[in-house]
Amino acid sequence: MAKKFSRRKFIVRSLLGGTGLLIGGTFLARNSIRRSLYQIVNAGEMPYDGDTNDPRLWFEINDTNQITFYSPKVEMGQGTFTGLVQIAAEELEVEIEQINVVHAPTKSGVIDGLSTGGSTSISSLWQPLRELAATLREMLVIEAANQLGMDAKQLKVEKGVVSGGSTSLTYGEIVQGVENWEVPDTPPLKEAKDFKYIGKGISRVDLKAKVFGEPIFGLDAQMPDMLYGDVVRPSKIGATYLSADTSKAEKMPGVVKIVKEKDFVGVVARSRMEAHNAKKAIKVEWKTEKNWQSKDIEALIQVGEGDPMVIQTQGSAKSILSKAEEAGEEIRSEYTSPIGAHAQLEPNGAVAYVEKDKATIMMSTQVINMTRDEVADCLGMRADQVNIIPTYLGGGFGRRLHTPNAIQAALLSKAVGKPVKCFFDRKEEFQNDTFRPPTHHVMKAKLNADGLIEAIEHNVSSGDVMYGSALLPGYLQTVLGSDVGAWRGGMIQYGKIPNFRAISWRVKLPFATSWWRSLGLLANTFAIESFLDELAIRLKKDPVQFRLDQIQDDKAGDRLKKVIKSAADNAGYTDEVKNGRAMGFAASTDANTPVAHVAEVSVENNEIKVHKVTCAIDPGLAVNPDQVKAQSEGAIIMGLSAALYERMYVEDGELRPIIYGPYQMALMKNAPKEIDVLILENADAPGAVGEPPMGPIAAAIANAVFRLTGKRLRDLPLKLS
Amino acid sequence: MKVSFTLNGKKQTVDTEGNTPLLWVIRDILDLKGTKFGCGKAACGACTLHVDGNAIRSCSFAVKYAEGKEITTIEGLGNPEKPHPVQQAWIEEVVPQCGYCQIGFIMAAAALIEKNDNPSDEDIDQNIVNICRCGTYYRMRKAIHRAAEIKRSTQTPKA
Repeated sequence: MAKKFSRRKFIVRSLLGGTGLLIGGTFLARNSIRRSLYQIVNAGEMPYDGDTNDPRLWFEINDTNQITFYSPKVEMGQGTFTGLVQIAAEELEVEIEQINVVHAPTKSGVIDGLSTGGSTSISSLWQPLRELAATLREMLVIEAANQLGMDAKQLKVEKGVVSGGSTSLTYGEIVQGVENWEVPDTPPLKEAKDFKYIGKGISRVDLKAKVFGEPIFGLDAQMPDMLYGDVVRPSKIGATYLSADTSKAEKMPGVVKIVKEKDFVGVVARSRMEAHNAKKAIKVEWKTEKNWQSKDIEALIQVGEGDPMVIQTQGSAKSILSKAEEAGEEIRSEYTSPIGAHAQLEPNGAVAYVEKDKATIMMSTQVINMTRDEVADCLGMRADQVNIIPTYLGGGFGRRLHTPNAIQAALLSKAVGKPVKCFFDRKEEFQNDTFRPPTHHVMKAKLNADGLIEAIEHNVSSGDVMYGSALLPGYLQTVLGSDVGAWRGGMIQYGKIPNFRAISWRVKLPFATSWWRSLGLLANTFAIESFLDELAIRLKKDPVQFRLDQIQDDKAGDRLKKVIKSAADNAGYTDEVKNGRAMGFAASTDANTPVAHVAEVSVENNEIKVHKVTCAIDPGLAVNPDQVKAQSEGAIIMGLSAALYERMYVEDGELRPIIYGPYQMALMKNAPKEIDVLILENADAPGAVGEPPMGPIAAAIANAVFRLTGKRLRDLPLKLS
Repeated sequence: MKVSFTLNGKKQTVDTEGNTPLLWVIRDILDLKGTKFGCGKAACGACTLHVDGNAIRSCSFAVKYAEGKEITTIEGLGNPEKPHPVQQAWIEEVVPQCGYCQIGFIMAAAALIEKNDNPSDEDIDQNIVNICRCGTYYRMRKAIHRAAEIKRSTQTPKA
C-alpha cells in the first residue's frame, strides 16, 4: 500500500509579495539498497558523507502561469527530465510544455543525498512526485473555489486552468496574493486507464536545446569577468605531488597567477590556451612508488587472490563441485574483462567563483550534495554558503559520481578573487578516470543425468566498484558484506538449479576503479551466459530452452521467462548458421529488470560484425516507451563497444591509451543496423531502465561467434585473430 | 594577429594569437557555445563545423587559416523557425541522449548530404566517423536517411 503524505511533510511558501507559490515535498529513498543503507547509517553513529534527511521536490508557480519543477536528479541523456515532467503533468493537469524542468541548485534546498545513478531516478521519484503534484493540484482547486465563491466539487481542471460555469482562473492567477495555503490530504492518484502522458513516447523536453546547440552543458557555463584555470595532473599511477618549478610559467603571456596548493599546482590566465601553454611550462616533481605494467595488474586480478566473500548460496554447491572435480566430472571455464574507460565526451570541469563568504560553482556532476560539502569543507565555509548549480551533463555513466575537480576550480578562484573556469583535457580524462575494473571469472558446473545443471559456481575477481569511492566509504564493507557494485549481475538467476554459489574476490588496485554504467553486470553476465551456452552446446540442447527449464516458478522467474521467450520468438532464434550469419542468445536480471538479447552476427576477415539485436525488456511500467527504447539501444551499443573494442592497459606506470582512436570504441559503421526493442510491461510502477539492457550483449555476441566459427572467445574485448 | 572571416553570414574580425584553434575563437571570443570540445586532437569530431562547406574539426584548425573563409556553425545552420533538414530529421527521430556530441554529428551529416543527397549506408559509414558514447548511432542513421529525403523533396526540380 503506497504511503500517503501527511500534511507535515509539505513545505509551502508564498513567493515574495505574494506573486507566486513554492511547494515542496519530501520522499524517502525507495530503492531497497538505499533504504537499508539509511537504516544502517542511522542505527550506528557512523560518519557518512551523504545526507540522510529526506530530499525535497519543489514546484514553483509564478504570475506568468509558468510552472517550474526543480529536479533533484540530473539529466545526462537518460531521459529523466522528460519522464519527471510527464509524471508531474499527469497529476497537475497541465500540458507538458507548461512545465519548465530545471536542475535544482543546492541553495534551493533540493538535495538528494545519494546522487543520480543506479537506474533509480524515475523509480524512486514515481510515487512521491505523483503525490506532490496531485496535492498541489488539489490545493489550487480549493483556493480557486475560495476565490470564485464556489464549491470545489463544481470545478473542473484542465491544462492549468480551473473553471466552473462561465468563470475560470489559471494557476498563475490563483496563486496571486495568497499568503496562507491550506494543504489538503493527498487526493487519490489517477488510474492508468486515464493517463494522458504516462505511457506515451513523447519527444524529449530537451530535444530542441540539444539539436540547436543551446549552451546548456558544464563546458558552456560562464560568469562575468571569468578567467581560465588549469591544473597539472599526474600521468603516472599513484603519483603524489611534491613540488613545482613555475619560474618559466610565471612569465608566459596571459598568466594572471600561479597557484600552489598543498597537493597540486595550477595556473590562472586570461584564456584557455594561455592557461594550457603556461601549464605545460610548469615542471612538477612527483613521488611514485612503483612503475606498474599490465602484467602486474593481471596478476592481482585472479580468482583466488584478494578477499573472498560468498554473495549467494543455495544447496551444497561447494561439496558437490569438489567431489565432481575429484571424479573428473567438473566442467570449468575462465573469462576475463579489461580495464574500461568512461570516455564520456564532455570532460570534467567547473566554473567556480569564491567570494568572501560564499562560493558558487556551475558544473556537470552526479553528486550535487557531496560536491557542495567537499567544497565547503575545503574552503572552511558552511554548506549553506556554497551553491552548486548543476548543468546538463555531456555524459555521466558513473564518471561523475565523484567530482573533486570542483575543489581545484574553487581554490584557483579564491587565489585570484574572480570566477575561474577549469577543465580536464582528454589525456587527463583517460589517465585520471575512475575506471571500470578488470575482472577474472571462474565458472564451474556439474551436470546431472537429465542434462540439467546439478551445481554451478561463479567466482569473480574484480577491482572495487563501490569501495574506496567517495560515495560509499570503505567501512560500509562490513555491513554490506561485499562490494555490491562489483557483483551486480554476478548472481545466478536460474532458481531451479538446486545448488549454486557466487563468490566475489575483492582486489584493491593502485588506480581508482569505480562505477561504470551497469557496474559488474556486463562482465558478470558475459561469464555466466557464455558458460550456460557452453553447457547447452555440450548437452546438444537448445540454449533458450536450457535456460527456461532452469528458471523457478515465481514472479521474478515468470518475468525472466517472458523476456527470454519474447526475444527468442521475435528474433526467430536458431542455432543454425544461415547466409553467413549466426545468432547468439543471453539474458540477465539487474535491479529487478530482466532483459534478453539475441544478437545476429557475421564474421568478415576476422572482424565481428553485429547486424541486428533483438532486445526484450520488462521495465515495470514504461513512463516513456520511446525513451525506454532509446536507453536500450544506447546500452546495447555501449555494451557492444566494450565487448568488441575497448581496453585500457598499463605501460611504464601509465594508464593508456590517452586519446580516442587508440582507445577504440564503436563507431557508426560498427552499430547494428537493426535494433528491435520489445517492452513487456508488467507492473504498476516503473523500474530500472538505464543500465539493465547492457547486461546480455557481450555474451550474446560471443555465443553467436562460437556458432559461426567454432571458436569460444572468453576474453573481452572479443578478438578473432 | 587580426583574422577576418565570414561567420554564419556575418563578417567577423578577431585579434588573437594566430595558432589559437578556431574552436576556442568561436566559443570563447565570439561566444558561440554550440560547437564542443571533446578531445582537442581531432579524434572525436565534437568540434565539427563547416569551412567553405567542408566539415572541419575546429579544435585542430588554427584561426589564421580561417582568413577570408566562410565559417558555418550550428547556430548558423538552422533555428527552430527554420531548421536545417538534418535538424528536422534529428527532431523527428528523437536522436539525442546527453546531446554533447550531437552538434558535431549534425554538422558532419549536413556536409555529407550537401555533397550527396542520397547517401547509402556505406556512404554514411565512411563519412560519419564521430564518436557518440551514449550510442545513438542507430537513430542517427535513420535520421540521416530522413534528412536526405527532406532535402531531396525541397529541391527545386532541374529544368
